[in-house]
Amino acid sequence: MSAVVAEHDDHHDHGPAKGLLRWVITTNHKDIGTLYLLFALAMFFVGGSMAMVIRAELFEPGMQFVNPQFFNSMTTMHALVMVFGAVMPAFVGLANWMIPMMIGSPDMALPRMNNMSFWLLVAGVLLLASTLFMEGGAPASGWTLYPPLVLQTGKALPFAIFSVHLLGISSILGGINIIATIFNMRAPGMTLMKMPMFVWTWLITAFLLIAIMPVFAGAVTMLLTDKFFHTSFFDAAGGGDPVLYQHIFWFFGHPEVYVMILPTFGVASTIIPVFARKPLFGYSSMVYATAAIAFLSFIVWAHHMFTVGMPIAGELYFMYATMLIAIPTGVKIFNWTATMWKGSMTFETPMLFSIAFVVLFTMGGFTGLMMAVAPADFQYHDTYFIVAHFHYTLVPASVFILMAAGYFWLPKWTGHMYDERIGQLHFWLSVVSVNILFFPQHFLGLAGMPRRIPDYAVQFADWNMISSIGGFIFGASQLLFLYIVINTIKGGTGEKVTGEVWEDAAKHSLEWTLPSPPPYHSFTTPPTVIPTEHM
Amino acid sequence: MKKTKQLFAGLILMALGLGTAQAEYTLNLMKGATKVSHDIYDLHMLILWICVFIGIGVFGTMFYSIYHHRKSRGHKAAQFHENTTVEIIWTIIPTLILIGMAIPATKAMMELDDVQESEMSIKVTGHQWKWEYEYLDNGIHFFSSLDEASNKARQVGSGIDPFTVENYLLEVDKPLVIPTKKKIRFVFTAKDVIHSWWVPDLGWKKDANPGFINESWTSVDVPGTYRGQCTELCGKDHGFMPIVVIAMNEPEYNAWVEKQKSAVAAEAGSASKQWAKEELIAKGKSVYETNCSSCHMADGAGLAGTFPAIKASKVVTGDINAQVKLMLDGKGMMPAFGKMLSPVDFAAVVTFTRNGLGNAVGDSIQPSAVQALQSATPGAGKNE
Ligand code: HEM
Ligand SMILES: [Cu+2]
Ligand SMILES: [Cu+2]
Repeated sequence: MSAVVAEHDDHHDHGPAKGLLRWVITTNHKDIGTLYLLFALAMFFVGGSMAMVIRAELFEPGMQFVNPQFFNSMTTMHALVMVFGAVMPAFVGLANWMIPMMIGSPDMALPRMNNMSFWLLVAGVLLLASTLFMEGGAPASGWTLYPPLVLQTGKALPFAIFSVHLLGISSILGGINIIATIFNMRAPGMTLMKMPMFVWTWLITAFLLIAIMPVFAGAVTMLLTDKFFHTSFFDAAGGGDPVLYQHIFWFFGHPEVYVMILPTFGVASTIIPVFARKPLFGYSSMVYATAAIAFLSFIVWAHHMFTVGMPIAGELYFMYATMLIAIPTGVKIFNWTATMWKGSMTFETPMLFSIAFVVLFTMGGFTGLMMAVAPADFQYHDTYFIVAHFHYTLVPASVFILMAAGYFWLPKWTGHMYDERIGQLHFWLSVVSVNILFFPQHFLGLAGMPRRIPDYAVQFADWNMISSIGGFIFGASQLLFLYIVINTIKGGTGEKVTGEVWEDAAKHSLEWTLPSPPPYHSFTTPPTVIPTEHM
Repeated sequence: MKKTKQLFAGLILMALGLGTAQAEYTLNLMKGATKVSHDIYDLHMLILWICVFIGIGVFGTMFYSIYHHRKSRGHKAAQFHENTTVEIIWTIIPTLILIGMAIPATKAMMELDDVQESEMSIKVTGHQWKWEYEYLDNGIHFFSSLDEASNKARQVGSGIDPFTVENYLLEVDKPLVIPTKKKIRFVFTAKDVIHSWWVPDLGWKKDANPGFINESWTSVDVPGTYRGQCTELCGKDHGFMPIVVIAMNEPEYNAWVEKQKSAVAAEAGSASKQWAKEELIAKGKSVYETNCSSCHMADGAGLAGTFPAIKASKVVTGDINAQVKLMLDGKGMMPAFGKMLSPVDFAAVVTFTRNGLGNAVGDSIQPSAVQALQSATPGAGKNE
């Protein structure tokens, strides 16, 4: 025992390793967090450029730039890169940076595994990207990879499947690490019901991840054996059923979309109280609502499959269960509104993005509620209406909150202040263009435009053109964010920031009690006072 | 902050406009042509209005607060952070609203599900990338694919302006014809991958799954032409397999049925006649364009790695009977054309591929010879 302790003490004196190797071998939660965040940012631009290809082709009717097969590869790869390469890693990056600081610990519980899970992610995404250059092209069956269509993929199929395996292992390791950290590394006095909401939402998300990634890995492995080893899980000719895949996929897929939104809720619940200068309204109901949403997310999967041909009892059950999600989701939205109510608000960039998140996520929730109604979904399903739905829940929700988190914590991470004027410009450009981009897609879907088509009938031309213009503005505006990130790392406005950065932030959460930038090992001695303003 | 307010006011107005402006702009769901589609439309409007009102309440409160409770106006922060009464109220009210929505939704769902007592049945089979229709009561049977004008215009760099093509991408060579005011049961399946059959005016879509059967029904009130598309990604040409349904009054429908039957008889006659090579090549060219060019490309160059070239292909320049056999049976992603093409079309396209697209084998095959090969190969062209 004593030997271990001695070695541990020894470690404290080490700073980061010198040179580039620091980033390869690092086991430090901040370094790994930085790697995750920068990688996610890079993938955001890779996935974004694919979206630009899609919107360029859809700018007007007729086929102008790409052939239909490549178009399908673009929609597939755009989704996979954004989900597995950008949004999920960005939240893992935030977890790495923030959880140890928020619970008053020096680092994550399992630092070496932390390093491994990052590099597996990189390997997985690179493998996925390499399929673009393979004979037969990248997977083109949509990110849902439905058989039998996905089995028509060319040489890329086994590579794409192996990449899913790697991404899955990476996520599971990340999830285990987060759970281990939260359960074991909290400072004395940091009881579960005193943890910041961000920590709570990530704890629940991590359990979701561990539960669902093996399911996805199992589903794609069955694809692999169907294709190469003569099994027929999904082939009726051999006694299988292609719809079975959809059940397995969505048992993973629905919780998966919540993996991308629960940490978002956590960040919003962190930022809004700070700028409203008020405690979060209904802390414990926020915790219970998050847990309820996570639980419900496991029992609603077939709302993605209303038209697949289920017995009426199934249709009705999945309709009722899905409608139930609106209740805890509503509680969250009401709580954020009540947090702002009678506050003393200021509107720095993180707050602007958070308010836009609450409003626009609610729009996504509304369309979600509409689609929950099975007979109505017989019309909405697989049209642009659902494209609008999930983009509202993912772009002006998850992505906006990631931006908000960036502005909120960059001064803490770097010790430099970002340029508020450019931040606000970035916000206004983003919030206007994202609505030009996605709002018309509701109309397109209702008017009858199916999703995943490279060309369309001429009555859809106007809204598509408007949507594409919004897309180009949105895409270009994100370069401002890139500029701000680089600029802030290099010194920002030159203004020296305090440990607290934002007025009275230290009353809300522990990270603001550390200097900016924080020391390499966050809390070498546990903090004695636990802030309670966040609850 | 004024700008935010204006923006969101604009958005809400846009949402409100949905109900009234739908006639001029394609903003809202279509009411459709059946009772079911009307019920679904009403349900849609009900939920939409519920969402709009909740939205006005929530966003209204939020923007009131954003305007009044700001530091720059000197507002001091209150310190409350819970209120059990409000929290109970805002859990119970949504629950009641949901129950109010669930009741009409359940009714509509039961109605949609009830395929009992139908007066006729049509089997719909999805293929990459066309639809097959089989009238189970009178044996009429045909394939329906994207019409030629759209197909030409939609090629990459075709130079044809889609606005000049009538019903661009929403027109087929042979539409599905149904009688009005009859309960028609549809059964859906697919040959290769999953497709989904959607005509918005009928109020629903249904997936066509290979190896399984799905059911649905419709009863159209008003005669007319109703257009739709495949809505389940089914590969490269998923965007190019539209659906056209023409609903006719009973007498016209019966006349149409008679015409189909005599066309079948005429077709059988032409299969036994001797065809000249030039005739076959000319006919084969259009058969190729509708049935083969989507994979093997219009110039026969194929798509590297996925679809082999026809030009200089070993099969096409080799034994003609071997080529016929491969096409009858299909291979991998290549469908078995035995049942899809008439013997005449089949012989024509074989002859065309061997004497066009850069090939010059010189031989040809008669429809009767194709028929002979077809019956000699057990199982060939059997779709089941
Ligand atoms: C109020 C909560 C929500 C409800 C009731 C809801 C409901 C639904 C329903 C019924 C569908 C299937 C629509 C169809 O295919 O016809 C759907 C699709 C989808 N939802 Fe939601 N949703 C909600 C929130 C969210 C959130 C928070 C996210 C993500 C962060 C999300 C992401 C998605 C995605 C990605 C799809 C489409 C998946 C695909 O087919 O590719 N949803 N949602
Ligand atoms: Cu879902
Ligand atoms: Cu399709």
